[in-house]
Amino acid sequence: MTRTRARALLLMPAGIWYAVLLLFPLAVVLVFSFGERNPIGGYAPGFTFEQYANLPARFAAFRNTLTLAPMGTLAALLIAYPLAYYLALKVTARWKTTLLILVIVPFWTSILIRSYAWIYLLGGNGIPALLEALGLGDIRLINTPFAVLVGIVYGYLPLMVFPIYVALEKLDRSLLEAAADLGTPPWRSFLQITLPLSMPGVLTGSMLVFILLTGEFLIPAILGGGKVFFVGNALVDLFLQSRNWAFGSAVAVALIVIMLIVVALYSRAVRRLGAGRDDVGLM
Amino acid sequence: MTDDNCTKFNKGNETMTQDNTTISRKKFIEELRRYEKGSISRRQFLGTTGLGTAMAVLGAALPGLMPGRAMAQDLGDRVVLATWPNYHDAANFDLFATETGVFSQVNVFGSNEEMLAKIQAGGSGWDVFVPTNYAISTYVEAGLIEPLDLSKLPNYDPAAFDARFADAGTIDGKVYAVPKNWGTTGIASNTAKTGGVVDSWKTFFDGAKDQFDGRVMVHDYQLTTIGNALAYFGYSFNSVDPAELAEAEKLLIEVKPHLFAISSDYQPAMRNGDAWLTMCWTGDGKQLNTDLPEIAFALGKEGGEIWSDYYAIPVGAPHREAAYALINYLLAPEVNAREALAHGYPVADARTNALLPEDLLNDPILYPAAEALNALEFGAAVTLTDPNRAELMARFKSA
Repeated sequence: MTRTRARALLLMPAGIWYAVLLLFPLAVVLVFSFGERNPIGGYAPGFTFEQYANLPARFAAFRNTLTLAPMGTLAALLIAYPLAYYLALKVTARWKTTLLILVIVPFWTSILIRSYAWIYLLGGNGIPALLEALGLGDIRLINTPFAVLVGIVYGYLPLMVFPIYVALEKLDRSLLEAAADLGTPPWRSFLQITLPLSMPGVLTGSMLVFILLTGEFLIPAILGGGKVFFVGNALVDLFLQSRNWAFGSAVAVALIVIMLIVVALYSRAVRRLGAGRDDVGLM
Repeated sequence: MTDDNCTKFNKGNETMTQDNTTISRKKFIEELRRYEKGSISRRQFLGTTGLGTAMAVLGAALPGLMPGRAMAQDLGDRVVLATWPNYHDAANFDLFATETGVFSQVNVFGSNEEMLAKIQAGGSGWDVFVPTNYAISTYVEAGLIEPLDLSKLPNYDPAAFDARFADAGTIDGKVYAVPKNWGTTGIASNTAKTGGVVDSWKTFFDGAKDQFDGRVMVHDYQLTTIGNALAYFGYSFNSVDPAELAEAEKLLIEVKPHLFAISSDYQPAMRNGDAWLTMCWTGDGKQLNTDLPEIAFALGKEGGEIWSDYYAIPVGAPHREAAYALINYLLAPEVNAREALAHGYPVADARTNALLPEDLLNDPILYPAAEALNALEFGAAVTLTDPNRAELMARFKSA
């Protein structure tokens, strides 16, 4: 067997996987997006740009997704970084494994159930009751964009912690020692050494969380009380309620295009940021 | 009934068939019914039925509990049912499995639209599903359900059913679906907070912007949310008139910032006091009222929805014979009566009603006075497929 043939054989499982489960469904979505809605719902073949022309009807859904997803990513980053820093650089080896497992433990339960738990925490008898007892007045938390943000950060935090943790773990400690020997104050060595060297982890984590968030529909439905409408929710309704598969496909294609643009801009910015360094990559 | 008790009953039922010396099945069900109604305590129930002892024995012999399949070679071992949440008595499925060897796999859905979407997409794998009156004609037109072979449903007696709740299942003289339950979509209000029963859509929507600010829930469902907003203006619940829909949309969008939530899962928020007022289906109203007497259920006096659900079999059902067996079983009056006791939705079958306790039949939530139903409308087929109502709902939710 020649080397090329062996290579082809080894790549075949992944190739078939991508063709059947990625390219084919994407092609279906693309074809549907130029079709029409069947009078009783579903898809009717056709060739029209009507669905794309109708996209502004879902402007609010795109706006909500494209504001809350970056906010959620940023909030997750601000909370995850100190945690990852602590886990990678401060905690003793004895506790490290235990604490890392504790970060993963929530993944053992479905996000649906954990989001339901937040309904009670943020509901009238939960945190607001506590705040009221402290004399902070009548505060409503559940079914607000804030509640959705809390759910998002909670749900996606581990995905942010781990890439940053791995990047910090690999950090060459002798660089920090050298800096200290040369009289650099800790905050400067953090800004000049630790932070830049952990950027690959930060970028990977942010992309991971952001991309998944743009497709999110469960958390806004549960913690937003159906009032905070993401593109994901628009898609669920279009396919399962109004059964307008053609328009739903157009919305899905639009979301994919927007994501590709965002990711392209992002990786270009990152390349400029890390110019001359090859350790800063997207993933 | 708690889950814990449920499991115990199931185990008990299965033992009964293996050993009938302690208590007959009929007697067992009577005791079960008394226990469910609360006339006897759990301890008494377990003692009388011998379940207490049975369970002690069973603890040691769990693997032996699979019911025999001897009676059911031709039915297969499985039937897939697509239905609504909290709409059956789980113990009935266990009894069905014991009697026939057919296990019921139950999937629950949130709207007729969602059910239609699954069937339209193909390969739903369902054998029996539960469409609502206004959805049936669409299924028939699209060739998605088949006429029922009534000879396989001896327990279905058309004469016993109130025609209002049975006729949507018959199209062009062919019976495509047989009635399950009926009910209404009204208003549940926590009277301790609202200061009285809310019985009009006027108070419901005006109050949402005013004295009930942040405490009102509407369904995440175009039919009822738009329909009841239309009823507010005195229009038909089923209107697809653009001018009338525009008014309903204006009202909904004005109200939206003041709503607690747009969700059909309203029981948790009503129970913990976060929401005071919600659009509500009969059975949920009954369940809430039973547990928390301060939660009242009333019909909107301007109008609203009355509905009936049906059993139907999709074309190409993988376990067709088992599907007929299950429908036939669930239509048996004594089985149907147990269903009604569990879910709290009214039944259109006179034979079943004859078995239900008097207080249930006189319950104004389940069986409102006939004149209270006059203002209500059955959903119309056009609302299911009208693209404008669907888009209105999307604009409302994303506003």
